[in-house]
Amino acid sequence: MTATDPNRALPLDPSLAPPGTRNFRDAGGIPADRWHADQNGETLVPTHCCFCGVQCGMYLRVDRGGKVFGVEPRNHDINRMRLCPKGINAYQQVNHPDRLTAPLMRRNRDEEFREVSWDEALDHTVAEIRRIQGEYGNDAFGLLGGASLYSEKTYLVGKFARVALKSRHVDYNGRLCMVSAAGANKLAFGIDRAGNPFSDILLTDCLLIAGSNVGECFPVMTQYLWGARDRGATLIVVDPRETAIARTADIHVALKPGTDSAFFNAVLHVVVAEGLTDEAYLAAHAAGWEEVKATVAAYPPARSAEICGVPAEQIVQVARMFAGADRAMAWHARGVEHHSQGVENCLSIINLCVAAGHIGRPGAGYGTITGQGNGQGGREHGQKSDLLPGGRSITNPEHRRQICEIWGIDEAELPPAGTSMMEMVWQMQRKEIRGLVGICNNPFVSLPNYATVKDGYDTLEFHAQFDFFLSETAANAHVVFPVTVWAEDEGVMANAEARVVKHNKAQEPPAGVRTDTWVICELARRLGAGDKFAFPDSRSVFEELRIASAGTVNDYYGITYERLEETGGIAWPCPSTEHPGTPRLFENGRTYHPDGKIHMQVVEWHPPMDPYSEEFPLSLTTGRTVAHFLSGNQTRRLGALVEQTPRPWVEVHPSHGFRNGDPVRVVTRRGSEVFPALVTEAIRPDTVFVPYHWPVPTAANALTIDALDPRSKIPEYKVCAARIEAAERIDEVPAPPTAPGHQAYPETQVSRTDPLPPTSPQGRGTAERS
Amino acid sequence: MMGRTIFIDPGRCIGCQACVSACRECDSHRGKSMIHLDYPDEGHSVASLPTVCMHCEDPVAPCAEVCPADAILVTADGVVQQADTTRCIGCANCVNACPFGVPKIDLQAKLQMKCNLCYDRTAYGLAPMCATVCPTGALFYGTLEELQAERPGVQVADSFTFGSTTVSTGVAMVVPADKVQWPVPGGLPVVEINGRDVR
Repeated sequence: MTATDPNRALPLDPSLAPPGTRNFRDAGGIPADRWHADQNGETLVPTHCCFCGVQCGMYLRVDRGGKVFGVEPRNHDINRMRLCPKGINAYQQVNHPDRLTAPLMRRNRDEEFREVSWDEALDHTVAEIRRIQGEYGNDAFGLLGGASLYSEKTYLVGKFARVALKSRHVDYNGRLCMVSAAGANKLAFGIDRAGNPFSDILLTDCLLIAGSNVGECFPVMTQYLWGARDRGATLIVVDPRETAIARTADIHVALKPGTDSAFFNAVLHVVVAEGLTDEAYLAAHAAGWEEVKATVAAYPPARSAEICGVPAEQIVQVARMFAGADRAMAWHARGVEHHSQGVENCLSIINLCVAAGHIGRPGAGYGTITGQGNGQGGREHGQKSDLLPGGRSITNPEHRRQICEIWGIDEAELPPAGTSMMEMVWQMQRKEIRGLVGICNNPFVSLPNYATVKDGYDTLEFHAQFDFFLSETAANAHVVFPVTVWAEDEGVMANAEARVVKHNKAQEPPAGVRTDTWVICELARRLGAGDKFAFPDSRSVFEELRIASAGTVNDYYGITYERLEETGGIAWPCPSTEHPGTPRLFENGRTYHPDGKIHMQVVEWHPPMDPYSEEFPLSLTTGRTVAHFLSGNQTRRLGALVEQTPRPWVEVHPSHGFRNGDPVRVVTRRGSEVFPALVTEAIRPDTVFVPYHWPVPTAANALTIDALDPRSKIPEYKVCAARIEAAERIDEVPAPPTAPGHQAYPETQVSRTDPLPPTSPQGRGTAERS
Repeated sequence: MMGRTIFIDPGRCIGCQACVSACRECDSHRGKSMIHLDYPDEGHSVASLPTVCMHCEDPVAPCAEVCPADAILVTADGVVQQADTTRCIGCANCVNACPFGVPKIDLQAKLQMKCNLCYDRTAYGLAPMCATVCPTGALFYGTLEELQAERPGVQVADSFTFGSTTVSTGVAMVVPADKVQWPVPGGLPVVEINGRDVR
């Protein structure tokens, strides 16, 4: 039986309840049998996980007193009950003892924080905004949002910056996530999202996963991957490390970090040479194919094999397997996107898909695996420096006019495009930006080149942060606003498939805590723009967002809260309330460019920005572990997750002569840090790996380079030149910062000081402990 | 053949420990996990597999057989329950008897604890918490027919040899098709892994 056998039911067909789940109803509502509700007098609130871009459905268990106290799997068709360890433990942050419950303030960074009233914190912030903007101009005050915010809040962040703050400087931490893929998709297809839903993976014959440790970063997505394998699909994994899914792949291409586009150009070279291109599709739907074909002619397998450090035969095998399949899909993530040529890497994969005709069909297409929960939705409605709501361009006069009309402001008042998150830090260093509000982001851990980031933030005259835990960044601020966690408000997020899902409120926020919506609107009111920010709740913001996106490519107009609750999620574009949404793009062969064509782009490989030398001969690459999420501000406080992965380590190949647990100093041109060695054959001898969720002195991002992709402005996290040497002792992981009067939560301290690497973290495999 | 039970598919395990966290969250063991991950070829392979109670059938649950206090009961549907709190004396005989290394002793409480197949959930027709959440399906709960409907051609084994003793279990393990004919080696000696001599 082949994967394409039409007589075989989909093993993971969402309409078929999986074994053991039939007592649960589908996407919305509560379990049909109210099993828990009857048993314990508790209620189950249907919602989604707050973490990654898969957006698994889950129920939060709420006790009689209205407090969240547990989690129950939910048969939502994204995840069909499955959850990863982060999802299972996520509820623990809702009533965590580290929660901030009062605004914190200090006049300068030498003072201790003191708890103040909301009025005092807001008044001080507004006074500082007025002072800085009065002295240095509106653009001297910036705003940095977050991709873990609901889309309503990201819409508010963009509107607040442009309408209340009147500053061009707004950006968000999704800039560190998938903007390379977004840029490439926009260039090629005129639309910024994945082309296919996850369920299409089940229909494919060949699955190419590039630069994505799916098993650890998006564990629940592996069910689709295995579903495809059950039906006979082949699997190609392109990754410098042998990850859990690479172990089982038909072909694992362990290329040298920073050589992705050289590899994919060579694959396309072979596809052309072997006549595996879909010329009819290219002639009908693609522009620029001849130029691309001419470029890849200069990438024979032998040349790319040398650049990438892989056997040339593998390139030929990948080409035959991918292009020779009836239906093939390519999914990629940060491993190809976090580069100074991140956009080009993505384009080289798109070129391959298009040339082989694998676009716009069930089981054939492309997708990007979004790291952050709302990495997709976070930029769609104006939080990114160059975008207005509905994905409109801030440089397009027609788009500017449309938005000014909706917002009721004069066109001349709308600021021009700003700069990216990392560029804003450089501007802080140069005192071009002197004040900043950060909303639910933690650049002290998440941005590259920590020394620069710290210097930039320390140079700020005023810095306020919104957060629910005192992040490393918030601990350096002047004012901290305690805001709600995801379970204390409702709102929507768009997952990696561009499926919009609704999160529901499960409990009231603790006394002293306000929603981000309330704080933004209150700041706007005090800045004199209250009439433009009269939003009592998320729903009212969403109604304006729907209208603001109507008629654009990112059309949300047909999506309502009620429809989301009924359907369990709708993929945009969805132009009317009768429209079913668009899970799969380009089925009619047309893209979102005015000419309807796919605009193929020429890609030339160039080496990473940090040059190798005798002093720095190795590649340092970074990534995640399954137990932690991004900067770890949330997960490094949850006991079970800390116990699972208490600290970072450095993965080194046995050929370097270290034994497991040895202190190893990793040195780059930015600095050096000491980690315990995790000796494994699962990594290239010329590459070392450090997971990035921890702050200094155990921060991978103290070592990474702040070189940016010129188009997407994503930092080159995934490769920099490094060397390793033996050290005396291992740097200890610091406890997460807490509000004054609070001790570090003891449960998370148990294993934090263990100097050894976790034994076989997440099944990666280690040599024996010394 | 077997009824609704857990099937373990080590080939799918990604070592994420969602099962460990889920077990900690289930109502019957709230706060403690009864699952651990094994790494069969540490240092050379990223392979991992979850270990849950195998709910031995023949001979009837060695842990229950050796219990001097008759604290471990086996229900009619083949579930080997954890020790009865009113009977368990915390002697750890069960720990020593189990060929799979499953039961744990809470020394303070003088109580044995182990996987009871989420009896509070399975009794209601739900899957155990670990198999419900397992992102990859490395832990699957259902009948063999349901498993084979989802995974064409999959083969399982439910007997394991330890030296000269063979143990049949209620929980089954996915194995290569050619290994179904005879019991899976459940214990030492293993002499080679992936063609490498590990003696």
